[in-house]
Amino acid sequence: MSLLKLAWKNIIHNPLSLLLNLILLTLGIGLINFILLVNHQLKDKFDKNLAEIDLVIGAKGSPLQLILSSMYHIDAPTGNMSIKEAKPFLREGHPLIKRSVPLSMGDSYKGYRIIGTDYSILELYDASIKNGKKWQHIYEATIGASVASDLGLTLGSTFKSSHGFNDDEDLEHEHGTFTVVGILNETGSVIDQLILCNTESVWDVHNHDHGASISADADDNSDHDHSHDDHSGHDHDGHDHSEHDHSEHDHDHGDHDHDGHDHDHDGTTVHDHTSDMSRSHLLEHEDQEITSILIQYKSKTNFQALSMPRNINQNTDLQAAAPAYEINRLYDMMGTGTKALQLIAYLIAIVSAISIFVSLLNSLKQRKYELSLLRVLGGNSKSLFSLILLEGFIMAILGYLLGMFLSNLALSGLTNNLSEKYNYQFESWIMHGLEIKLLAATILLGLIAALIPAILAYKTDIHKNLSHG
Amino acid sequence: MIKTSNIIHKFSDSVSFEFPDIICEQEKTLLVLGQSGVGKTTLLHILAGILKPTSGDVFIGNTPLYGLKGHKLDKFRGKNIGLVFQKPHFVQSVTAEENLFLAQKMAGQPLDKKLSAELLDALNLNHRKTAKTYEMSQGEQQRLSIARALINKPRLILADEPTSALDDKNCEEVIKLLEQHSENVKAALVVVTHDNRLKDFFSNNIELH
Repeated sequence: MSLLKLAWKNIIHNPLSLLLNLILLTLGIGLINFILLVNHQLKDKFDKNLAEIDLVIGAKGSPLQLILSSMYHIDAPTGNMSIKEAKPFLREGHPLIKRSVPLSMGDSYKGYRIIGTDYSILELYDASIKNGKKWQHIYEATIGASVASDLGLTLGSTFKSSHGFNDDEDLEHEHGTFTVVGILNETGSVIDQLILCNTESVWDVHNHDHGASISADADDNSDHDHSHDDHSGHDHDGHDHSEHDHSEHDHDHGDHDHDGHDHDHDGTTVHDHTSDMSRSHLLEHEDQEITSILIQYKSKTNFQALSMPRNINQNTDLQAAAPAYEINRLYDMMGTGTKALQLIAYLIAIVSAISIFVSLLNSLKQRKYELSLLRVLGGNSKSLFSLILLEGFIMAILGYLLGMFLSNLALSGLTNNLSEKYNYQFESWIMHGLEIKLLAATILLGLIAALIPAILAYKTDIHKNLSHG
Repeated sequence: MIKTSNIIHKFSDSVSFEFPDIICEQEKTLLVLGQSGVGKTTLLHILAGILKPTSGDVFIGNTPLYGLKGHKLDKFRGKNIGLVFQKPHFVQSVTAEENLFLAQKMAGQPLDKKLSAELLDALNLNHRKTAKTYEMSQGEQQRLSIARALINKPRLILADEPTSALDDKNCEEVIKLLEQHSENVKAALVVVTHDNRLKDFFSNNIELH
């Protein structure tokens, strides 16, 4: 019968106080670990998705919203901007810009966002094709790994997009049946959650919906052939259609034959839908809109680059937001809530230490004869000291294990909920790197709680105790 | 064997005890009789190495008990002295058998399950070995405390009022067991009590005044 076993037997001899101690300890440790788990993963996701993006340019609004919507795809976009305005930043050969990625948003399929863009986004997120090919024609989609696995989409699958970002069948577009032509390898970044297509697809869906000028031919969209630059000013964000009055379309369309599909294109704007719209092609559609541009600088320390956001914000109708700055702001905001939670967790942990202290002290009073007995039987003062410390230690270990279990259980319970809301997968049962520190802190807590009782046990006066036993 | 010399213990200037020298050879018995307040428990604790006397010393074999310090004294006591108390006390959280194991462990002796089984058998406690001690009857508890005193085959068995709470029949039984098993392990047996019934069982006795 080792001291450890005796300590264990002593602990379970008093199940009610053990229960109370463990509930408190488990709650405290569990809450702390839960915060650590969530923080770790949020930071991890946020950092991964920074993807060395230096600047996001979009319509005026909240900079954080712009970042969240364009980089993390968790908030509504700020609105759209015209290609004409965006042109300087999309043009190849900009002296300060290494890479720019245009994004057009507004639609989703079952909660996964459909992004009209070009191949530069693949380079940005270091994504490669796993199956199939890159999107090329209109209404072709290449989907992220999570989209494929979560929705069970394979090559050749078709789907209709819905307006907005919620999974709502009522908002399903009547036009625009997308076909999956490619699936990306998993990257761990946000691109896993995206459905990628060319910018025209996004325009086209909305043109059909809002443009009375074009009759319905939803099921036959692969080969129709009309000029997209006719349809100006559509709000892909899609919450305010009032601006787009049809007279504008009428004007734009001029004397096109709206009843037929035989649009009579003339001039330079006619383009061929069979190839991905090249960057220069995109720029020709000056009256069309995109949502935002992700930008990487050539040099992050270039003075001109550093003053670019301010220039944009002051001198144009556009907004430029720096992700690093905005995300730090977000951490600060979250930090307040997290800190409050953390404080509560620490408080519970301290209360649990007090509870362990009191229960050990109480049991010591009941066991003073027992402890003297152990001395009589040959145990020394140090054994008694160790015995009581061990009891605190065991409770700490139990509380830690239960706390870890509970926090992971809670997180795995919440994962579905969170992933539905944000399309972010939170993983439970993972390591966040602070486990050992938390374990050490928990053990320390148990030992501190047990220290005074252990000292009292060490000082047991066996003669006195046995005389009055 | 046990031998004392000139033991005096002062609790304060007004309260002090002077004890007669005691000697008890191996396999022999000694009864120390005394009424309440004459320092029986004090003497017992001094004999057991629990309370250091103000002067004088206790010899177990040739070892002066109070020449030992700290944990050496604890170890020596655990190995060489078996104590039986008036009210049997045990570690509540473990079983009867485990209380015996604990006595071995605390004395630094190797675990000997065979010996504990033999003792439990000899004291008719075999059927109670997995019971918690607080579930046992008074008689069973007293027999278990004898088993515990014997488990390390000590050189001295000290019994403090082992019979005062027992009726005549149980009293005789407990004393017989103590005598018999002390002899088995070749220990000296010293019983300290106010119970006059025990006079009949012991040839050697000392009265404290």
